[in-house]
Amino acid sequence: MGKAMKNREGAVMVLGGGIAGIQAALDLTELGFYVYLVEKSPAVGGVMAQLDKTFPTNDCSL
Amino acid sequence: MLTNADFLALEGTAGNFTATINMRPRYIDADACTACGLCTQYCPKHHVDPYNEGLAITRPIHIDYAQAVPATYYIDPSSCLFLQHETCQICVPVCQSHAINFKQQPEERKLQIGAVILSPGFGKIDPKTLEKFSYGKHPDVVTAFEFERMTTASGPFLGEVKCFSDGRHPKRMAFIQCVGSRDIGCNNGYCSSVCCMYAIKEALVTKEHDPEVDITIFYIDIRTQGKDFDAARERAEAIGIKFVRAKVADVTPWENRLQLTYATLDGQHKFEPFDMVVLSVGLESPKDAQKIADITKIDLNKYDFCATNGFNPLQTSQEGIVVAGAFQGPKDIPESVTQSSAAASLTAASLKKVRGKGVELKIYPEEQVVAEGDEARIGVFVCHCGINISSVVDVASVANYAGDMKNVTYYTENLYSCSQDAQEVIKKKIKEHKLNRVVIAACSPRTHEPLFQETLRDAGLNRNLFEMVNIRDQCSWVHAGEPELATIKSKDLVRMAVSKARHIQSLPEQTVPVTPKALIIGAGVAGMTAALNLAEQGFESVLIEKGESIGGNLKNLHHTLAGDEVQSHLKTLVTKVNGSKNIDVICNAELVQTAGFIGNFSSVIASGHGKTKVEQTFDHGVIIVATGGREHRPDKYLLGKSKKVVTQQELEKQLAGKAKTRAPGSIVMIQCAGSRGDDLNYCSKVCCNHALKNILKVKEINPESQIIVLYRDMRTYGFAEDAYLEARKMGVVFIPYEVDRKPEVTEKGGKVQVRFFDSIMQEEMVMNPDLVALSVGIVPDDTDTLSKLLKLPVTANKFFLEAHVKLRPVELSVSGVYVCGLAHGPKPVDETIVQAQAAAAKAAIPLVKGHVTVDPIVSSVEQDKCIGCGLCTSLCPYGAIVMQKVDGKRKAETVSASCKACGICAAHCPTFAISMGGFTNEQLISQIEAFGATGDR
Repeated sequence: MGKAMKNREGAVMVLGGGIAGIQAALDLTELGFYVYLVEKSPAVGGVMAQLDKTFPTNDCSL
Repeated sequence: MLTNADFLALEGTAGNFTATINMRPRYIDADACTACGLCTQYCPKHHVDPYNEGLAITRPIHIDYAQAVPATYYIDPSSCLFLQHETCQICVPVCQSHAINFKQQPEERKLQIGAVILSPGFGKIDPKTLEKFSYGKHPDVVTAFEFERMTTASGPFLGEVKCFSDGRHPKRMAFIQCVGSRDIGCNNGYCSSVCCMYAIKEALVTKEHDPEVDITIFYIDIRTQGKDFDAARERAEAIGIKFVRAKVADVTPWENRLQLTYATLDGQHKFEPFDMVVLSVGLESPKDAQKIADITKIDLNKYDFCATNGFNPLQTSQEGIVVAGAFQGPKDIPESVTQSSAAASLTAASLKKVRGKGVELKIYPEEQVVAEGDEARIGVFVCHCGINISSVVDVASVANYAGDMKNVTYYTENLYSCSQDAQEVIKKKIKEHKLNRVVIAACSPRTHEPLFQETLRDAGLNRNLFEMVNIRDQCSWVHAGEPELATIKSKDLVRMAVSKARHIQSLPEQTVPVTPKALIIGAGVAGMTAALNLAEQGFESVLIEKGESIGGNLKNLHHTLAGDEVQSHLKTLVTKVNGSKNIDVICNAELVQTAGFIGNFSSVIASGHGKTKVEQTFDHGVIIVATGGREHRPDKYLLGKSKKVVTQQELEKQLAGKAKTRAPGSIVMIQCAGSRGDDLNYCSKVCCNHALKNILKVKEINPESQIIVLYRDMRTYGFAEDAYLEARKMGVVFIPYEVDRKPEVTEKGGKVQVRFFDSIMQEEMVMNPDLVALSVGIVPDDTDTLSKLLKLPVTANKFFLEAHVKLRPVELSVSGVYVCGLAHGPKPVDETIVQAQAAAAKAAIPLVKGHVTVDPIVSSVEQDKCIGCGLCTSLCPYGAIVMQKVDGKRKAETVSASCKACGICAAHCPTFAISMGGFTNEQLISQIEAFGATGDR
């Protein structure tokens, strides 16, 4: 049987912890909501964490 | 944050969902793991490293990269000897912190949630699609993702580009575009929208590594339609990267090289050898898209991306579930980031009633008192930045050098100072050695100072007791060829920072209350959408419009490419806006004056004309700029001179108006009329889609109509590519033209004539169509006035310049001011709507919090020294210093929340009465003196 998490009002689940999920989670927290960021791999970051530089300014991606 | 977690089920309805999550075991106790890496060193089993796209070998027990969050190692059960064969377990005794736990079991968790945001990203193209390019058969054919890892300085090849076959450096490289996109062979008819950009980026980076390498990019259309993206393509061309418009048929091994067979536009077949081939692979729908759809009951489109509607681009078919990022359709980072903020604002609006109920505020430990007379105990941390710094600068010698300096109580080196475990070390060392100043020599404070300051606060130190030295950008990067001198310079910089650190003091944290109201300038689709979203989140706004009525450019549009009716949607929007008690609409209005700062603006709005003109003053906390744009009307191709030459917008109007049952029998369309290096320097992003939309409408009315489109690159990115294909299937002819051979339009006896060079037939053509339709660009509506009024920077093309093109796409450099819609850059309606929702999210943040924190680095006036000359007030570009009477004498005073800490006032004050927090004269002078005191380094 599954363990129930502490019941929180105003919680949101963000599925996927790439740049999109992380940004959504950050904004939601700032807007006053509790966020469960659910990511299938062992770390958040998604594909952007694999990139070296970003177009068009060639800034570091990490 | 729940990582290593699978989404299993979703029950309930919007506002009251229960999600079931399966937490897979990491086999490592996250609280105990210090990310020291010893386990990986001892683990005997090899494991292909997926983080490095399989280009490197790691161990089953590992961490993907040093900055990974959470900074906890994990064991991949697929190759672990114990988990597969119950042997080994060598890692267990090796781990000093006893973090390894093979008894961990999967754990099911139920989450009570009100809403869901789906952001699962994208999937990868099936390698089968790549076989015709010899991928998998020849080692020197790589995907762009693999190549990205190769060019990464911290990647498995330390940024060195070499052929896998024999390790030689490639002399000739080819990029093949549209691999697995725009390809009905693999059922991916859409354009992936990012590959042109990343190919150009990777080509530029490769050239940086080795200027001698010869690079050719084979493309169908170069789709650099984003804001200022064309400039990067031009930069690439300028440094010698070749762009060849050709379809590559196949790649075959040829001796130790690879031979490309390709067909150019004029029908020639060509063969050319290359050392290395990079496949610009597209983005697929995520692998588990169908599973997510089954669980959440959302609809997918025919390509298995999330299905949404152009007027509500992030709403899935299920209430309470929104989508963001590449799952909504292939897109780049800024678009994803914008969508995420927008998704957050939609969710925030739907859950308004429970806002703030589940959040616990972060509480920092009480701040340690550091008084002026206290002995300075400085900790110096010198960063390797992987090899970014340490490959040039002798980091150990810099750290040791710092260690010998007066007041330096502790010094050390970090592999990555920004990693999560390094923060723990810094906190620990602050406590252990009672440090009261911290100096970090690493990368740029622009990106990393906030992170380290947070760490200081966590450790109970005021965040201003911190000094950062940039030995990466200023030493290892710019002096990469002179390691010894770079090391000396690093020492100089560290010495100066330590010297300054001896004098730095705590600065108080200040907060100011926020007026919970927004001023939105411009009531087109962007302004209306932003106002409605804020209203739904419970905030009032004043929506001002310079025209007679609200609606903006939507008034000129009739249907979208997807076939949706624009006018009925506009009507709904207008009714909602007018009916909202939270929105105060003022037409015929303009902003006259704004004073104040984030949270506390006060603006004067003038409305009406002549005698009825009135001025009203509003107090508000934030500003959203949605001033829009309009069609550019170039004085070219007889536009405005011949009745038979119209813009796409005019054609759309004709097709929707009285003549909606008639459409011209023949049309020539000219793309980029006045754009991309002509009157306008940029691509307007929407014109190709606009042309396609009209083409399909014309064909619907009159299937016999003959249409020729003269274009430079057809930029029907994303799913719009389907329309492009459909038009070609209907017999519409698309002919590219070169920029030095533009079409010519003349008129004789009431007939228009178009003369152009047909690059397919290789001959000059003359047509006499019934109509010429010009795809003209978009120009912003007057941004000059507002830019001066609010001190907002604009780009060379007069669009407002966002705070960060990738990560802060809707914020402007002035705090509390946000931008959306055409004022930011040309974009279609759906992207405008998303951007407006994103701007509403960002604007709502200070409104929700009710207060803003003022940056402690502001100027302050020592009023005893102030002679009241007022020079500072006249020079301050932000209106942040005011003159006041103190005991009958004129004295200057800083408005802290407006101050941007530029330092102009302090530099000009004739009596040195003004100083900058964190940059006092005493601190700067000691830093300068330390620069000269080279001593023994």
